[in-house]
Amino acid sequence: MTTAQVHALRTSLDLQERAEMTVGSAEASRVSSPELLRTLESTTGSDRTLPVLDELRGLLPNGLRRGSALVVEGPLSLAFAVLAGASAAGRWAAVVGVPEAGVAAAAELGADLDRLVLVPQPGDDWATVVAALADAIDVILVRPPGRVGGATARRLTARARQRGAALLSLSDWEGAELRLTPVGQRWYGLGAGWGRLRARLLTVRVHGRGVAAVEREHTIWLPGPASETGAAEPGVGDSSDVLPPSEPDQPSTTLPAATLRAV
Amino acid sequence: MRVLVLWCVDWPVVSAAGQVPDVDLATTSVAVLTANRVVACSASARFEGVRRGQRKREAQARCPGLVTLPRDLIAEVRAYEPVVATVEALAPGVEVVRPGLCAVRATGPARYFGGEEAAAARLAGTVLALGIECYAGVADGVFAATLAARYSHGGLQGGRPPGENRGGFQGGRPPGENRGGFQGGRPPGENTVIPSSRTAEFLASFPVDALDRPELTDLLRRLGIRTLGAFAALPAREVLARFGPDGALVHRLASGADDRPVAARRPPTDLTVRRELDPPVNRVDTAAFHAKAAAEELAADLAARGLACSSVDISVQDHDGEWLSRRWRHDSAMTAHDLADRARWQIESWLRGLPQDDDGYERPHGITVLRLEPVEAFPAGKFPTGLWGGPGEDDERARRAINRVHSLLGEDGVLVPVVAGGRGPGDAIQLIPWGDERSPNRPADRPWPGRLPSPSPAVVPRERTPAILLDSGGTAVTVDERAGMSAPPVTLTIDAGPSDAVQGWAGPWPVDERWWDLGAAWRGARLQVATDSGAWLLVFTDRWWVEATYE
Repeated sequence: MTTAQVHALRTSLDLQERAEMTVGSAEASRVSSPELLRTLESTTGSDRTLPVLDELRGLLPNGLRRGSALVVEGPLSLAFAVLAGASAAGRWAAVVGVPEAGVAAAAELGADLDRLVLVPQPGDDWATVVAALADAIDVILVRPPGRVGGATARRLTARARQRGAALLSLSDWEGAELRLTPVGQRWYGLGAGWGRLRARLLTVRVHGRGVAAVEREHTIWLPGPASETGAAEPGVGDSSDVLPPSEPDQPSTTLPAATLRAV
Repeated sequence: MRVLVLWCVDWPVVSAAGQVPDVDLATTSVAVLTANRVVACSASARFEGVRRGQRKREAQARCPGLVTLPRDLIAEVRAYEPVVATVEALAPGVEVVRPGLCAVRATGPARYFGGEEAAAARLAGTVLALGIECYAGVADGVFAATLAARYSHGGLQGGRPPGENRGGFQGGRPPGENRGGFQGGRPPGENTVIPSSRTAEFLASFPVDALDRPELTDLLRRLGIRTLGAFAALPAREVLARFGPDGALVHRLASGADDRPVAARRPPTDLTVRRELDPPVNRVDTAAFHAKAAAEELAADLAARGLACSSVDISVQDHDGEWLSRRWRHDSAMTAHDLADRARWQIESWLRGLPQDDDGYERPHGITVLRLEPVEAFPAGKFPTGLWGGPGEDDERARRAINRVHSLLGEDGVLVPVVAGGRGPGDAIQLIPWGDERSPNRPADRPWPGRLPSPSPAVVPRERTPAILLDSGGTAVTVDERAGMSAPPVTLTIDAGPSDAVQGWAGPWPVDERWWDLGAAWRGARLQVATDSGAWLLVFTDRWWVEATYE
């Protein structure tokens, strides 16, 4: 069953439900419709969670939940990777308050540029901007000017929950469901004057509330060594699985000649 | 309602070629492109096999002498103004459907000129006298009349799958065709008049592509419904149930029913959106911003009353108090996006026509009032479009939300990325203000030797940060004219931070950009450097800078 079909069914069920509520009858079917819907959604993963890239399965085993706030303390490419999974699946994404965002990196991770908007300098209006975008944008990556707490965090999270948007914050966010903190990284592909950056091992600490209260550490490839575009090999998730490339690659012939000369 | 449509052949091509001095459509094959795809081409190019939707290379492969021009909608609207004015002098109430295509109620002109054929010939002849190839079609509704006009030209080229019959009547042309007085050396029988009783029959053999709704026609094709006739044969109830209100509207079009919605009425005047512009606006970008905001307001007002509009008057008052007005029409309800586009095209085209100063940018006069008036409104479908789960609904919702942010932050507040060409870390993507045409300044399909390899850096600051790169002896590393490094780098210090040991480095890759332009020329060398704490892209000009971070 495709996403569109589920969506259509959901809409028609909603209508049906509303109609029944106004009529005040058919108590039994009113219970069964949402249940049916939930079953459908859990099988397709379409409505409660947003898809994530395979590389991030270890970090976010349940996908990216709609209506949640997630703190990504760094690096920016990890936030891009979280956003790219949903974007690649045709969802809308926005980047607010990150004027230095290297969009090319997000695109290489799979983000769909046709459904990506940037608000580089929202200024003092950043919360208004996020609230307005949450109406219809599925993933919002935002860098608030400082720690977000109290009323602002509650208001925006409530808005996101109501509208089904996921918030990725680069600053601390009170009540965030999950926090991703980088612990270490190592780049591969560079020699002494030759080669080029190819792949990186990134260790990330995951901690949060509820089932995620136990801290975990994961090491992922971002970008992966398998391809140019950062789509790493599947199954890479735990540090035990990962072996660094034994030999760095030879200098690529596509690079300017000076690469070879400079040694 | 009887409608007379005037269709100017290949208008995007005619307009674009008119901008270029030494392109003659009679001898040169021309194609007009948007985002590297052909949107229109001249007759000679079509003869060589160029088609709509082809990529530039594909089109050039089929037609080696092809001249490709970028599409300029504003110029198209602007060039079309005199045509509309000419037609309007003979038949009032002209509605522009798009540049190159306008419609007028046939009843008045038919009575005045003595019959629909005569009116068609007279109006088409007037445009022809301007030196523009133009065909007329008369039928019930704009949709059928447009097809009739294009049929006059000789069927519908482009988008027609091979092996299908050419549209129109198989058994000869409809009776009673265009026997009026011909002008401009037109052979008789060129304009097509379809009597009311035969509209459905005329439409039946056209392929469903004629509906110009790619998603719907794709679906219909897969369902085995290939012609308008086959689509029209479906029961209206089932079509509504399966395809929603827009499908039902399209079904009415295919059936030859008048496309004007049944309950159309003149909307209450308080829906008119009027913006006083003080100081007068004389810059194109400012005018575009106001046009978009006004369109957004009108769409919101209409939606709040449960109405949709298919025809709108766009008017401006200039500095001298004179009003300019043009009526635009759409074959179904106009979305906020449609309204904004049309308002922007029209107003920008007027602004370009105002007298210019020497620098060609600031204009001494401007427009003082901008007005959008819905001419015809009808109840919007009970369910908003997209109930049927199409992706269009999400896109439209997202667009509305982005428009709100856009009006909050102003013209450059919201940006969208497009793939562009270039060598630097920030060049692969160009950011374009929301609502502007998504065409990059530097096309990505050119070779860019020395382009940075992927993966791209995630952080590309707008300002460079100074960095210090030292060799084993503690001397600053430099790059000479021939891109040779003075010594291998050992420690990296960024912006007075801690010094890190260099783990690996690649380069330097020399850069010598825009050497022909003294103002923009620069030379230098790029270097990728990794330490234990990260990886950077450095650039050497007279010293080292951090250009981007592989964060």
